[in-house]
Amino acid sequence: MTGEHFMKGDEALVEGSIAAGCRFYAGYPITPSSEIAERMAWRMPLVGGDYIQIEDEMGSLAAVIGASCAGAKAMTATSGPGFSLMMEHIGLAIMLEAPCVVVDIQRGGPSTGLPTLMSQGDMMQARWGSHGDYEMVAYAPGTVQEMFDFAIKAFNTAERFRVPVLVMGDQIVGQMTARLVIPSEEEIEVSYRPLPDVPPEEYSPADVSRLVPPMVLPGEGYGLHMTALTHDEFGYPETSASRQESLVPRLIRKIKENEQDIVEYEERLLDDAEVGLVVYGSMKGPGWEAVQAARKEGIKAGILRLITPWPFPREPVERLSERVAAILVAEVNMGQMVHSVREYARCPVHHLGHPGGRIFHPDEILRALRKVIT
Amino acid sequence: MRAHRLPHIWCPGCGLGNALRCYVEAMEASDTPLDKHVCVSGIGCSGRAAGYVNVDSYHTTHGRPIPFATGLKLVRPELEVTVFSGDGDLVTIGGNHLIHAARRNLDLNVLCANNFNYGMTGGQFGATTPYAARTTTTPYGNFEQAFNLPLLVAASGATFVSRWTSLHVRQLTKAIERAFEVDGFAFVEILSPCPVGFGRKNEFADALAEMTHFREKAIVRHDADLREVGITMRREDPIILGNFVDEERPSYFVGKDDLLKSVLEGRE
Amino acid sequence: MRTEIRMAGFGGQGIITMGKILGRAAVIYDRRPAVLTEDYGPEKIGGWSKADLVLSDEEIQYPLVDRLDIFLALSQDGYEMFHHTLRVDGQALFESDLVNPEKGWKQRTTFIPALQTASDMGKKVVANIVMIGALVELTQVVSVKAAKKAILDSIPKGTEDLNEAAFSKGRELAREEGG
Ligand code: SF4
Repeated sequence: MTGEHFMKGDEALVEGSIAAGCRFYAGYPITPSSEIAERMAWRMPLVGGDYIQIEDEMGSLAAVIGASCAGAKAMTATSGPGFSLMMEHIGLAIMLEAPCVVVDIQRGGPSTGLPTLMSQGDMMQARWGSHGDYEMVAYAPGTVQEMFDFAIKAFNTAERFRVPVLVMGDQIVGQMTARLVIPSEEEIEVSYRPLPDVPPEEYSPADVSRLVPPMVLPGEGYGLHMTALTHDEFGYPETSASRQESLVPRLIRKIKENEQDIVEYEERLLDDAEVGLVVYGSMKGPGWEAVQAARKEGIKAGILRLITPWPFPREPVERLSERVAAILVAEVNMGQMVHSVREYARCPVHHLGHPGGRIFHPDEILRALRKVIT
Repeated sequence: MRAHRLPHIWCPGCGLGNALRCYVEAMEASDTPLDKHVCVSGIGCSGRAAGYVNVDSYHTTHGRPIPFATGLKLVRPELEVTVFSGDGDLVTIGGNHLIHAARRNLDLNVLCANNFNYGMTGGQFGATTPYAARTTTTPYGNFEQAFNLPLLVAASGATFVSRWTSLHVRQLTKAIERAFEVDGFAFVEILSPCPVGFGRKNEFADALAEMTHFREKAIVRHDADLREVGITMRREDPIILGNFVDEERPSYFVGKDDLLKSVLEGRE
Repeated sequence: MRTEIRMAGFGGQGIITMGKILGRAAVIYDRRPAVLTEDYGPEKIGGWSKADLVLSDEEIQYPLVDRLDIFLALSQDGYEMFHHTLRVDGQALFESDLVNPEKGWKQRTTFIPALQTASDMGKKVVANIVMIGALVELTQVVSVKAAKKAILDSIPKGTEDLNEAAFSKGRELAREEGG
């Protein structure tokens, strides 16, 4: 597939996943993410992988985690209602430390909402949707090319830290068709989870000196056990407060201690900016156009685009807030990422929100920027 | 068994220990080396089995061991993947996955310990609790009807369907061995006394009473009409056991390979 | 320069294919940015269908159309739903037999008998290719060479001659009708 294409975002994401080594897809069809399932169904057998349609989204993610435990790079894709159903198994992937990728092509909610129209309404669910304490990594692509590129990033991060990673797309970026350049295989950097480096006889699962312990695969004589219960370093259940205290913080530290490495963002025209615009996902383009238009009018605007809404890019937001008089967060929801921006910003933070169904036009953002300045 | 994990958490008189022993013996007797066996379980008393068997094992979420095992088996078809879990897990919360797995006919073995209630959470009723039976959430008796599991799973398309009690050690072990052998979805229902959750509330004063009922009312009938094998747990009604279905039917892998080959070759 | 094009018709007319061919022509062969978005009515068969294409000389930031420079309608429904989105100085292309604009319709308009032409060629399905020929001739939104290559990429093997003929016929019609 190396070369230039005119491709749909959802399909580009499939190609990115395959380039990253994905060889297993389980899912349940749902608008507007079904193009991902359709292309996977066609592509998986051609690359020696498996596509399976499971009877619901709970089972889909469970199958993905089973496949991951068996050694495959595995993923699923869904949209709002299906994403809600997947929440329990996000927790399972965290607890079993099973690397996998979950794609949410966001549509308007709550409930069935707007099946065919975009929103960014699942951003907080992405972070907090499953019960218990954990850290989350999520990428928010804004172009067809990024659907490809971020799928690779998602798989690599999932594998490096043995965690589930989310790709928070939306109907616009998922269903639009644009230029995609697929680099040659050699140019694509691909990671794989740490595996035990000693034979079964010498292997001690008790060795959790590493933050990300090696992942033992079945059928290789290691006699592994994994449980979704709180467990000891052998993988056996031990439901006590003290065990919880050693397990859960480690799972969190895998991300926290590598935040510098994981967090990604993009800053433009911020050097002399007086007002900062914060956007992510499909709002990247309209946001950038609005900032350029503002500059033409003499408004010193700059943009901070979150590539990883999670972990939240705290430092860039802090820095931005020290530089500008005010921040505007433009997102297609009634106020989600704006909460995190407010948590770290030391300047007034304004919000431009919409409940979903359409993306903001650059002119609307420009008007909001003008208002913020006065 | 993993010696260091014992003693297990199960109550005295519980049928799960026997059921697990039969599974272990069947694995030892099978042609597949132990390190190529994988055990997947869900949540509930029987869900703990995965932690006790000395093979690679996964203890997953409530109701979802079958889809988890599906993913695992698809990636590593050479492994003998067995789901060992309970009725509440596999049939009530996970029933949809059970029938779809049988329909798909992927080469999985599902050992379903049926004790007619949710033992671990204190004896509530589920989809296998007989009509009128008492549980902590059916204080007037169960208003609902129970699933007839062999009928359900056979109708869904399983290749092998069998039912024994945890007392029928020899037959149960053989049935599990057969489940390993067949090339397709195999289901073994294991009727298992649960004196704590079910027996006491339903006129089986202790474990022995429920076991006696199983022993005295058991009738082995391999060719039984599956419409008639539902279980009432009433004193007067029989408990029909047997290897009800043992049929050749192309498994998921065979069906997939055939089709892919013919379509992809046809294209060239 | 940014050009916004909307193609509207009903399911089965190959509206989305038109969008894909034009977008592909621009991106792959003219090497210019293009973004295509699509939408359908809820009816599975015979409902409305539209393809929106943004072409530009610079990277496209806002992916959706706003005020159309060019509007193609291949059905009366398509015309009625979207005609108000065409700029006053925009260019319209209508299927002669299927679209009947209201009195007072003022924008520059060319009527193309795409369906009749395709029927005469023995294949109604190439009506959309006739329409692409007309569009390219009238507006040069993509080059003739690029359009031809993108068409060849997008059609079933063995129909190359038919599609090339349909494309040429569309260009001819545009020259005659559009003047
Ligand atoms: S509650 Fe019932 S099933 Fe659970 S361990 Fe006790 S006897 Fe066995």
